[in-house]
Amino acid sequence: MSTAPAEVQRPDTAQETARDLPWVTIVWNDPVNLMSYVTYVFQTVFGYAKPKAEKLMLDVHHKGKAVVSSGAREAMERDAETLHGYGLWATISHDS
Amino acid sequence: MSDTPEPDEAASLEDLMARFRSTADGATARFAPVEAAIIRDLVGQVIELIGSDPVEDEPDDIVATEEPGPEAAARHNGWPDDGPIDADDLAAMIGFSDNTELPDDPVLARLLPDAYRDDPEASGEFRRYTESGLRSGKAAAARTVLATLPAAGGRIRLSEPEAQAWLRALNDVRLALGVRLEVTDDFDDQVSSMEPDDPRAPYIGVYQWLAFLQETLVRALS
Repeated sequence: MSTAPAEVQRPDTAQETARDLPWVTIVWNDPVNLMSYVTYVFQTVFGYAKPKAEKLMLDVHHKGKAVVSSGAREAMERDAETLHGYGLWATISHDS
Repeated sequence: MSDTPEPDEAASLEDLMARFRSTADGATARFAPVEAAIIRDLVGQVIELIGSDPVEDEPDDIVATEEPGPEAAARHNGWPDDGPIDADDLAAMIGFSDNTELPDDPVLARLLPDAYRDDPEASGEFRRYTESGLRSGKAAAARTVLATLPAAGGRIRLSEPEAQAWLRALNDVRLALGVRLEVTDDFDDQVSSMEPDDPRAPYIGVYQWLAFLQETLVRALS
């Protein structure tokens, strides 16, 4: 999974950015958000096709969480910020 | 997450029946006065809670700013006395807390969550540069609801951007109510076995209707 973020390549941070890959954005299950709404948010925020958005939503629902995007840390923080704006419970972590 | 509420289920919720339908460039719905009052009240509480400016286009809702505290709840005197829910009780559901320390208020903690589960330092840094924008974004969505929903209700027609703002604002209201009502994954089972004197009982219908209303708006925009 990837959001293909548009990275700003600055020479003094390029190395650090590379080392920071991959970070992931995780969406956690919660009892309030509607399944249809979560699917809609994944489609809207990430541009995912509906089948992929629905699969991620079902992963969140049944497994408790799902990795919804991966990439550089800054990109993941932007994703988490956007998802918080939609009321989804999103966190960032190193993919391990 | 919550299962999709069925229309016939929501239709049984006494008078709360408003739903969205798709239009060529957005969505439309007709609200009864009591429905408009509920939404405007709850959305206004979210604005209060996230610490944004009072609603600029609703001067009647603003009380004297030099007297914060218990009187804050008294501003909701527009609630119909014969409505299904007592105004002060509803105001207390989301709450006017002078204390906006994030860790102390579970609703704020849910609306403005940590971005790192086990790294308070990174969460704090993230919060430092994102929280203000997150708060203002949520307030802007909430204000869009207040600006497009007359207090008297009636049919409203939303552009797609307005409808998207409604979607986020309704979700924030539901998240806040969900925390206060202690909604869990088996909430439907809890509701079906809830005692009539459960203090949450009067708000269940509102919570379920808002879920239904949001569901219809998702469908209208999909």
